[in-house]
Amino acid sequence: MEAEYSGEIMTLSMGPQHPSTHGVLRLELKTDGEIVADAIPHIGYLHRCFEKHAENVEYPGVVPFVDRMDYCAAMNMELGYVLAIEKLLGIQINNRVRCLRIIMAELDRIASHLIAAGTYGNDIGSFTPFMWCFRDRETILDFFEETCGARLLYNYNWVGGLMHDVKPGFEKRVIEFVDYFEPQVDNLNKLLSDNYIFIRRTANVGILTPETAISYGVTGPNLRGSGVQFDVRRNEAYLGYEEFEFDVPVGKGEYGPVGSCWDRYMVRIREVRESCKIIRQAVAKLTPGDVHESIPKRVKPPAGEIYMRTECPRGELGYYIVSDGSTKPYRIKVKSPCFTVMSAFREASKGTMIADIIAILGSFDIVLGEIDR
Amino acid sequence: MESIAWLLHLIPKYDTLPELWRALIPIVVSCVLFFALLCLIVLFLVWLERKISAHIQDRLGPMYVGGWHGWAQTIADSLKLLLKEDIVPDSTDKLLFKMAPFIVFLGAFAAYVVVPFGISSFVTDLNIGILYVVALGSLSVIGIIMAGWASNNKYSLYGGMRAAAQIISYEIPAAIALMTVIIQVGSLSMVDIVNAQKGGIHHWFLFRNPFTFLAFFIYFIASLAEVNRTPFDIPEAESELVAGFHTEYSGMRFAFFFLAEYANMLLVTSVATTLFLGGWTQILPGPTQIIPGPILFFLKAFAIIFVQMWLRWSVPRLRVDQLMYLSWKVLLPISFVLVLGAGWMAVR
Amino acid sequence: MLRYFKDIGLGIVTVLNSMWVACRHFFTPAVTIQYPTEKWTMPERARARLFNKIEDCIGCSQCARVCPTRCITLKTEKRGKDEPEHFASDGTPIKLRTYLYDIDMALCCYCALCTFTCPTHCLQMTPAYEYSVYDLRDHIYHFANEKPVTSSPPAEPTAATS
Repeated sequence: MEAEYSGEIMTLSMGPQHPSTHGVLRLELKTDGEIVADAIPHIGYLHRCFEKHAENVEYPGVVPFVDRMDYCAAMNMELGYVLAIEKLLGIQINNRVRCLRIIMAELDRIASHLIAAGTYGNDIGSFTPFMWCFRDRETILDFFEETCGARLLYNYNWVGGLMHDVKPGFEKRVIEFVDYFEPQVDNLNKLLSDNYIFIRRTANVGILTPETAISYGVTGPNLRGSGVQFDVRRNEAYLGYEEFEFDVPVGKGEYGPVGSCWDRYMVRIREVRESCKIIRQAVAKLTPGDVHESIPKRVKPPAGEIYMRTECPRGELGYYIVSDGSTKPYRIKVKSPCFTVMSAFREASKGTMIADIIAILGSFDIVLGEIDR
Repeated sequence: MESIAWLLHLIPKYDTLPELWRALIPIVVSCVLFFALLCLIVLFLVWLERKISAHIQDRLGPMYVGGWHGWAQTIADSLKLLLKEDIVPDSTDKLLFKMAPFIVFLGAFAAYVVVPFGISSFVTDLNIGILYVVALGSLSVIGIIMAGWASNNKYSLYGGMRAAAQIISYEIPAAIALMTVIIQVGSLSMVDIVNAQKGGIHHWFLFRNPFTFLAFFIYFIASLAEVNRTPFDIPEAESELVAGFHTEYSGMRFAFFFLAEYANMLLVTSVATTLFLGGWTQILPGPTQIIPGPILFFLKAFAIIFVQMWLRWSVPRLRVDQLMYLSWKVLLPISFVLVLGAGWMAVR
Repeated sequence: MLRYFKDIGLGIVTVLNSMWVACRHFFTPAVTIQYPTEKWTMPERARARLFNKIEDCIGCSQCARVCPTRCITLKTEKRGKDEPEHFASDGTPIKLRTYLYDIDMALCCYCALCTFTCPTHCLQMTPAYEYSVYDLRDHIYHFANEKPVTSSPPAEPTAATS
């Protein structure tokens, strides 16, 4: 949009400490007080040298570090890494491990999208959905806690298997939770997603056209919100996802141009429903077995390299692992989906108002741990 | 107030005081009493807000301070704010900086002198009652602009300007909505307005004709913007980006702004109760009043306050330009139509 | 023109809808507990503070080797031939004397990899989570209770993070 700037452009720093930037992110806004001419993100405040650390630890010991990159969706981060190593080693996992991994990954996807929805409501001004989303997320975290002992950083997916088998009665309780949870999504929609004020705040804001999104390399719900039908679980299925029936929701632009903040947010809410479907199917496919069956005694992949893509709740997560034949990785490079989306943020926020910057940032659902590693 | 004057007569040698004193002392005493009562009610309202928000969000709220459901939490918080260091930044305009909270506080509390809580429970019956209340609402805008300017902070200034724009824009539909009632009563005095609604719920202006029914909702929405409540809390939640006009205030100065907000909330609900819900008059039709006036008044006011708090925790906030759109392009035309209708009904 | 009224209508209806949903929750019970007085029972696999039953420890240092953050420090020496034989509770002979076994919980990342590699399962993660201290050095837990015989005594422990 052609913005007329009244007055001179000043630089405003939405600093590293800020309640709405979902982490330590510094946004340098060039604005005249109302309309933003440019929004330059400065990252690196949470850089913890993960990739360098990983070179000094053995392969199974890297899994706790991998959790800590995207701490809101740790199961999915571990899954990507572990699948890459298993591909290098050529390990085949049994059906029980596969189904449990899928159940945990989808539960984690629901938990991560609940954080996204709740904190987005918080930024927009509605404080109640935040509490309700976290209340439902607590049940998911209780499942994780009874299975592996930790609520947020699990170290559950191991190379070749899992840390613990689930407790007896887990399947029944998961199905009970999914039955309880699906109507709660309707409640959330009535409270927040279909609220006229929320729609006015988000539906015409932060438009990312499909061409722009693809050219920046945006993936995940951010890409699907712009109408592009691309999901790694469909296009390059791993873990046998091709056997599961689920839809891939895309943004259709019901309340404004396609690719607005509302579309991206709604894609996440619809994905939660699809995750519920996948969990039901995975529980039905679960067979008894030993989860420690294929865990190698020492993880010593042959020299070589591999790039493995998986769909984490924030987009397409890629692990590029170079192995030199020893027990410690030679190089691990992580392709973080939130990092690519931050480059598109600059484009999406040109010409918007300051209050919209918050809305756009929240709709991209970034986690600084993943961006900075 | 007659009862105060009667009580004062019991003091020995009271009648020997000069005329001026005997006119002033009842007013001063009743002002002090009202002020004390209002402070207590405002403290109660802060507690109520925390409890309502907690229960809507499936949690409990204050439970600890004072024993039963943490009723003394607000007292503890005010004590804490009193004990904080009084910071006046160096480069601010010191006089304006210190005066601003008082002016906002004044604008909130001084309007209560005309609100009738009961058949004779008011400080004074000005014959321009409602005009006085609306005018004092504008006084708090000056305080906000002073706070924003004196803080010597670009962002406080912007926040203050936005708050001022919001309040000024919403005063107009609010006042015009009140006009619908005033036209039907024919007098600006609050006591006359309440007396025109005596006799039961069907006499309340809310239910007397469709124009005042809609005017109540217009006034309710506009008054939410007057007191900076969600969905119109841009000045408070400017802390998304910048911290609004009361950034540089801490300790008791901040407490003044905070208490003034809740006093303002009670004020607009008191005005709404007086004009639309019959004030202290009874609900059931009949000659006698069973529940005493002040208690009924506060029950009605708290019902509206409950709705205000409930609304705060259900809906997100509007952006500044959407807020302005709502005031000038939606509320104002509708209130014009309502005033025309009410005027037509009055001369019919 | 029609859109103007439709917008107003939609606004009112959705706001009332949101309010109705919020109101229903006013009557549901709270899901929080009052923490210091009521505590949540931790599940049995909960991973909190580490504990080593030193009588069963054979001093193999597998735990120190596998720890990703290197929070376990362990020093052992061979027992003399004339000493009485020590056995763990499951019958494994203990050939080494562990005279230093420190775990720095401030460095620990709670991954529990050490508990899986321990051959005698003497190292376990307990559900104890309330152990805040004022001094970082108090987070170093000393489990060894024997003195060295042939080696020099270990230096005074300092916080590994300082």
